[in-house]
Amino acid sequence: MRARIRRRYAAERRFKWLGFAAVALSVGFLAFLLVSMASRGLGGFVETRVKLNIDFAASDLFLDPATLKGEGAEAALAAADIEGTVAAAAEKQFGPGGAAIVSEAAWLRVREAIREKPETLAGKTEFWLPSSSAFDTAAKSDGDPPSEAAYAKLNAAGGVSRGFNWSFLGGSDATDPTAVGIWGALKGSLLTMLVTIGLAFPIGVLSAVYLEEYAPRNRWTDLIEVSINNLAAVPSIIFGLLGLAVFLNVMHLPRSASLVGGLTLALMTMPVIVIAGRNAIKSVPPSIRDAALGVGASKVQVVFHHVLPLALPGILTGTIIGMARALGETAPLLMIGMRAFIATPPSGISEPATVLPVQIFLWSDEVSRGFVEKTSAAIIVLLVFLLAMNGLAIYLRNKFERRW
Amino acid sequence: MPLSLLLFLIAGLGGVAWLSARAKASALAGVGGPRLHSVPSYHGWYVALWAVVPALLFLLVWQIVSPALVTDAVLGTPAASSLPADPMGRQSILDEARSVASGELAGAFNPAAEALAPAYREAGSRYALIGAVLAVILAFAGGLFAFTRVRSDFRARTKVERLVMAVLFLASLIAVLTTLGIVLSLLFESMRFFAQVSPAEFLFGLNWSPQTALRADQAGSSGAFGAISLFWGTIFIGAIIAMIVAIPLGLMSAIYLTQYARPAARRWLKPALEILAGVPTVVYGYFAALTVAPAVRDLGVTLGLPASSESALAAGLVMGVMIIPFVSSMADDSIAAVPQAMRDGSLALGATPSETIRQVLLPAALPGVVGGILLAVSRAIGETMIVVMAAGLAANLTANPFESVTTVTVQIVQLLTGDQEFDSAKTLAAFALGLVLFVVTLLLNIAALSVVKRYREAYE
Repeated sequence: MRARIRRRYAAERRFKWLGFAAVALSVGFLAFLLVSMASRGLGGFVETRVKLNIDFAASDLFLDPATLKGEGAEAALAAADIEGTVAAAAEKQFGPGGAAIVSEAAWLRVREAIREKPETLAGKTEFWLPSSSAFDTAAKSDGDPPSEAAYAKLNAAGGVSRGFNWSFLGGSDATDPTAVGIWGALKGSLLTMLVTIGLAFPIGVLSAVYLEEYAPRNRWTDLIEVSINNLAAVPSIIFGLLGLAVFLNVMHLPRSASLVGGLTLALMTMPVIVIAGRNAIKSVPPSIRDAALGVGASKVQVVFHHVLPLALPGILTGTIIGMARALGETAPLLMIGMRAFIATPPSGISEPATVLPVQIFLWSDEVSRGFVEKTSAAIIVLLVFLLAMNGLAIYLRNKFERRW
Repeated sequence: MPLSLLLFLIAGLGGVAWLSARAKASALAGVGGPRLHSVPSYHGWYVALWAVVPALLFLLVWQIVSPALVTDAVLGTPAASSLPADPMGRQSILDEARSVASGELAGAFNPAAEALAPAYREAGSRYALIGAVLAVILAFAGGLFAFTRVRSDFRARTKVERLVMAVLFLASLIAVLTTLGIVLSLLFESMRFFAQVSPAEFLFGLNWSPQTALRADQAGSSGAFGAISLFWGTIFIGAIIAMIVAIPLGLMSAIYLTQYARPAARRWLKPALEILAGVPTVVYGYFAALTVAPAVRDLGVTLGLPASSESALAAGLVMGVMIIPFVSSMADDSIAAVPQAMRDGSLALGATPSETIRQVLLPAALPGVVGGILLAVSRAIGETMIVVMAAGLAANLTANPFESVTTVTVQIVQLLTGDQEFDSAKTLAAFALGLVLFVVTLLLNIAALSVVKRYREAYE
């Protein structure tokens, strides 16, 4: 008898331990995912710079400082071979093959410096320029042997420094991993989200109000409810197919534009908002409605003056969660062509754009090793945004949640 | 007149209408006046809506109609008499002229188009002006008509509320329209696909190689559309490997969190699990491709199995982790729904908590748990990014989890990115796959909901 009880208690402890192990494994996986992204991605925010002395006076650069003042400055800058000058200076300073140490986009910074201070052209100037991807990789972890050797040599001579990579936050997509930035994708995401929330929020809230407060019990209402519940469970890629077939092939809206992306995501987000909105409206007690009706308000006034304001925090929480889901969505946007190479940030909702998750997907496909840390860095930015949105939703829920 | 300015003007007219109608209604009510049926602001809304809505509707129609009118006007000009007679060539010149006129193109390649551009510009601005004038007249007319109706016994509130109800109803119709749009577009494109490839070959064929040959003499790309290997890959990853990970972990997590964990621990662990559900799938995909897949391949090589760098196991494992919070929250709900009396009864008879859970709570909650698992499967097979990034493209009919398999969603992405021609069987195949995916997830959801519903009724 005692042995049996001992056996049962052992089974009890085993079971409890198994449960704990399951939770620990799941949370551990999350921690592993976050830590591995952070450890890989933080390097993406740092750039390695090398010191380069450019002697403009002795170079082949034909650029008169006088032409850089007033009109014609842009044309003169565009015509001058600054790229060649930087490469030549690098070859001179670092020896043969030295141009490979400096980033392909480094000459853009030299051009900016010249534009701001044309006087630099007169003499010798010391620049700290971003290094090439191979050199950057060698400086951060382990690169190919020639870059490792070049790094060891330069580092010993004090010709290497590190700094925050501002161009990663301010730039757009590029072919060279040292020159890429996420601002273009981020702006595309913001424009897309603007379209999405502008459509999904009003439509979702109004449908929730209709279904919860006014809809008569009949077949039409059943049909509406069934379609909303089904839409919430339809795989996101199907919405992409819908967007492709309807918005692009029937309505001929511009391809790759955040307008189409926003429309597609709005259709996907709307059911989430409707369901959250209905729950929020349902939780407003009937006594509020009865009281308002009792003092003579009409049915529309009851809802818009009393029920809706009380349900708003719940609706907003659901909306933010739906928007966070839309912000991380990739598959439907691939369907409507938002995977193009976009090197300039979009300036409007009908311009070709890309969004942050798609940018991550595109970079993850790149073979160059320099893209690994950039992809992870972009993932960190995306996760920070999502965590902030979810945190805001939780805060709103805790602050405004009312128990009736 | 630019459209934005026109919209601004109409909105301004609406504002004026609102203010003046409210003022008139207030004046009517004034001291000692008759009692109004509606409060003054409802009269304001009534008149403002009459001023704004017809004008906007007219503008919408005008935007659709006017391009055709402009084209007609251009065809009537002398410069258009030299256009070629065949419709294709004519249309291309007209399109080019329109682009030049609107400033999209700096100059035309075709001199005929260049000559038509001024006519286009002139006709376009003329019709835009006509539209603007008509819209403003309509706004005034609507506003004035409504303004004359403002009287003390006028039921402005009823009218405005009727419009509000119509708007609410229309908003809720959007969901039905979306569903209809999905079904129709998938069906329509699939029909076109099945006109080229027989449904039997698509559903039961074993050979999948959608690249159709450009020329007849090219080898190897005959275009075979047998989707069985895709269906197998989808089931293998989404319904087998992912569920082997997600069901035990999700279920045990739910049991631990609801039955054993202290409230303080629960308060922290539950949101942590929910974060797993909030991580975007592209992040999971990147993680699967970069970290999990190489480890899985090494494991496969150690075991001596044929292993590839993109494997079903890597994608399935990560997908399983993604599904854990889903299974766990469904199980959580259904365990919490079991009446407390059943738990108390079992404990009172001397059962340990784990015996209570295994022999009383789980059997009672089973329908809910099964429903949750069905929903989880439906999510897993519709999941795209993880499999696109980690599962590979080769259509293999294999049960070896270390080999690469492909899924329905991967092939949809693959077929629809890059160059598309909208009548090739290759592009249309994506819609047929989408239709299969839609129908299967729909059936799974319906089954899950009916199981859950029947179970809820049992305890109410």
